[in-house]
Amino acid sequence: MGLELFNTLILSLLVVVAVLSLWVRDLVVSAVVFGIYSFLMCLLWAEMGAVDVAFTEATVGAGVSTVVLIATVFNLKRKAKD
Amino acid sequence: MKRTAFILVLLIGLLLAWAARDFPAWGDPHSPASSSAVSSHFIANTGVDTEVPNMVTAVLADYRGFDTMFETVVVFIAGLAVFSILRGGPNRRTRDREFVVDFEPDLIVTNTVRLIVPVIQIFALYVLAHGHVSPGGGFQGGVAMGASFILIALSWDLKTALARFPIERCFTVAALGIVIYAGIGLLSMFLGGEFLDYAHLAKVFPVSPEMARYHAMLGVEIGVGFTVTAIMFALYAGLSTDGRMRDGL
Repeated sequence: MGLELFNTLILSLLVVVAVLSLWVRDLVVSAVVFGIYSFLMCLLWAEMGAVDVAFTEATVGAGVSTVVLIATVFNLKRKAKD
Repeated sequence: MKRTAFILVLLIGLLLAWAARDFPAWGDPHSPASSSAVSSHFIANTGVDTEVPNMVTAVLADYRGFDTMFETVVVFIAGLAVFSILRGGPNRRTRDREFVVDFEPDLIVTNTVRLIVPVIQIFALYVLAHGHVSPGGGFQGGVAMGASFILIALSWDLKTALARFPIERCFTVAALGIVIYAGIGLLSMFLGGEFLDYAHLAKVFPVSPEMARYHAMLGVEIGVGFTVTAIMFALYAGLSTDGRMRDGL
């Protein structure tokens, strides 16, 4: 029962975060929200017992790709037009 | 236009949600992945064939080694592609960026990073070397190692990080990683096996064929780690400076 609750919470948070990352105008905020998305996915992988995938998600998804996205945003216009 | 795009996205989303109904339930023992003969072969034989407790690493680096080798090549090519696109042709526009980052390195941040970077790098090596027995391996260890260089670039500036890991050396190290991987594969081919058939390495090294596979996997993971470390840092260095390799974040 506890696991069901955990999954439901994480999955609904995932939807919220995914919509939020498209909703915000500031691209830096968007990149950070993507990082949150990756951490939630990482929790989900770890809960499913796929520890190797969770590890990769935490390092690549939440760590490096957030940094790379932010590094890219600083060479663009920061605010999205649409 | 925007409304059309929204309707399209909604339709595709509904299609995906509808298709997801065909997925097996969570932890279903009769799902195709669990009932496949290949899965049970790996579960039964990994420990016997290779003495590697972490089945995921054994599948990635040994049974499916050819695939992982070309994944590493893909990482390398991706790094080269990003770099050459950013360096661009002769008529690339030079734009002033919106934010000019101009600051002195912060005392607290740099000292914290000074303490934390050795820990990250040791942890990266641990993850790399213990990919057989615990979660981890070349990709994760390499990314953690690359992240430590990115951290140096973030807290001082890119010049400080590039002084420790020049961009030319990045690509040399990345290529070296692939050479290590393919070299172990070729060595086992010259010893009478097939490409990446590590068991034949036992003919020149004083170990059993099982342990030869075990240790060859470590060698292969080190190759992957080299490539991933270098490319992660090169990606950051290229993207944060728009390919100019100076005035980075």
